[in-house]
Amino acid sequence: MSCMLQLRDIHFSYPNRRPRETISGVTIEVGAGELVALLGPNGSGKSTLLSIALGALKPDRGEVLFDGSPVARFSRRELAQRMAMVAEQRDIRFPMTALEYVLTGRFAYTNALGFDSPGDVEIAMQALSDTDAAQFANRRFNELSSGERQRVTLARALAQQPRLLLLDEPTANADIAHQLSLLDLVRRLTRERNLGALIVTHEINLASEFADRVVLIKDGRLAACGAPIEVMTAESLSSLFETPLFVTRHPQSGAPVVSWKLIGPRKNEQ
Amino acid sequence: MKAESLIERNSNQSLGDSVKSYLTRRRALIVISILLGSLFICAIAALITGSERVAAWQIFPAMISKLTGTASSLSIEQDVIIFSLRLPRIALAVGVGAALAIAGAAFQALLRNPLADPYVLGVSGGAALGSITAIIFASQISFSRPLFGFAGAALATLIVYRLGKREDDPAHLVLAGVVMSTFLSSVIVLMTALADNVKLRNITLWLLGDLSSGATEGLIFVIVAVAAGALVLIPQSRALNLMMIGERDAFAMGVETARVRWVVHLTASLLTGAAVSAGGAIGYVGLVTPHLVRLAAGSDNRLVIPASAIAGALMVLIADTIARTALAPRELPTGAITALIGAPVFIYLLLKSR
Repeated sequence: MSCMLQLRDIHFSYPNRRPRETISGVTIEVGAGELVALLGPNGSGKSTLLSIALGALKPDRGEVLFDGSPVARFSRRELAQRMAMVAEQRDIRFPMTALEYVLTGRFAYTNALGFDSPGDVEIAMQALSDTDAAQFANRRFNELSSGERQRVTLARALAQQPRLLLLDEPTANADIAHQLSLLDLVRRLTRERNLGALIVTHEINLASEFADRVVLIKDGRLAACGAPIEVMTAESLSSLFETPLFVTRHPQSGAPVVSWKLIGPRKNEQ
Repeated sequence: MKAESLIERNSNQSLGDSVKSYLTRRRALIVISILLGSLFICAIAALITGSERVAAWQIFPAMISKLTGTASSLSIEQDVIIFSLRLPRIALAVGVGAALAIAGAAFQALLRNPLADPYVLGVSGGAALGSITAIIFASQISFSRPLFGFAGAALATLIVYRLGKREDDPAHLVLAGVVMSTFLSSVIVLMTALADNVKLRNITLWLLGDLSSGATEGLIFVIVAVAAGALVLIPQSRALNLMMIGERDAFAMGVETARVRWVVHLTASLLTGAAVSAGGAIGYVGLVTPHLVRLAAGSDNRLVIPASAIAGALMVLIADTIARTALAPRELPTGAITALIGAPVFIYLLLKSR
């Protein structure tokens, strides 16, 4: 598999703060058509790694490569045509329609003064319809529910026509139906358009079901990396989250399913 | 195993259905034309309004003969009042209004805060302090007032931004601005104690926003600042659209956020510095006009910035005409009139932002 994004031996620490989120020697690779999930406890450095992949943070040591070239050699626009970020979007403090929001994803392709061309509008509408959000185009972004926002936010990322998606807890605050449909959508995009995807999530069962590979991060270090069925064992996950956990198998897919071990007395046997 | 796919269910929805909810060139041109037309009409109205009345039909032949150098139907007295007193004052009102409105729209997008306004943020206070320093200590240097004003505005912006930068609460930045303004006013009071009496009277008048004493030096600087500000900021308006959503988002979508922040910060400070040093601390123009434009035509900065500039010019022009005619021959400070309109709008926005 060709390697699209490579984070090679990344070292990073925030100046003067959050010593817990120091990254020491992490290597992650994402190939075209591959969905990779980053798992780990709060503060383990997952989002920091995503910001480093995006180029928003510069690693102290190590390098980030896209298609084999250091990302530092790309201009911001060139990079935005290659990778797109999806994160939870809070309220925007100015009135803006969903279509206007998605059209901002065309920034890297258009000149500073121009108005959006019919082509840009068509791409934006197609992106909205790809994420089943076309009916929201005329609605104010702030009026949308969090599940609807996720789809519009993903549509904006698609309007960038990227080859790699970086997703930072895209299903936070979404109910189980929206979580499933969003991850299903992301996986279909990786399959049908050969996109790479790197996703940070706390939904370990969804990661196990949808990811081709999972990367376990603890205290800024790589704890394990590989196919969910190999890596997500009761032992590795219990030590990752410092909590006793069970791992069973999904009845249909056979993917690992994580549940917790009960410690106290059970509620039906007083 | 697959969750019910949501993609197909809506694929037959027509793509053409919703292609009106974004800014088109046509809509931008319509809004700009309406505003320019209103500004022209108001400028003519302001030109013939005042203690010395001139009929509307006389003004155009008079202008043409002024330009061609031939004799006009106006008396010498009328000629002086209209072309040497009112016209420069109208030009200054238009320039000051445009400068403050552009600065307000730019600060709002940059700080992601609809409450941002040069006056509310204390940037006007910084410009005022700079200008006063120039009046007292450096009045012999040409352009010292606008230049010191610019420096004061830039410094005030930087401090308020550092103090008040909080993602979750727009009121926090305003609080920092209020603290800044109060602090700067006390420094200004201390400074005026150093000034002699003639200077003192000028300073007090001008602090409240006063376009009557705007010297040609100030007018030239304001016009240059507005032209430069528009030239710099309009090409940044797409980037500002993205910054309005969030700085990390803008970065991910290809905006050189650090560069845009500096360019916009410096340009908005320059505009405020020029406007305040010429016309005093006229408040709320940068708050009210971008808000009205957004209500009428959406938040796209490609339209909001130029349309606010014209609407701001209109607002200050109307306020200044009221200020010089309402209690004639006495003059009211222009800033008092804009605050009468602006403060309620500010409170409305503050309540809405919670």
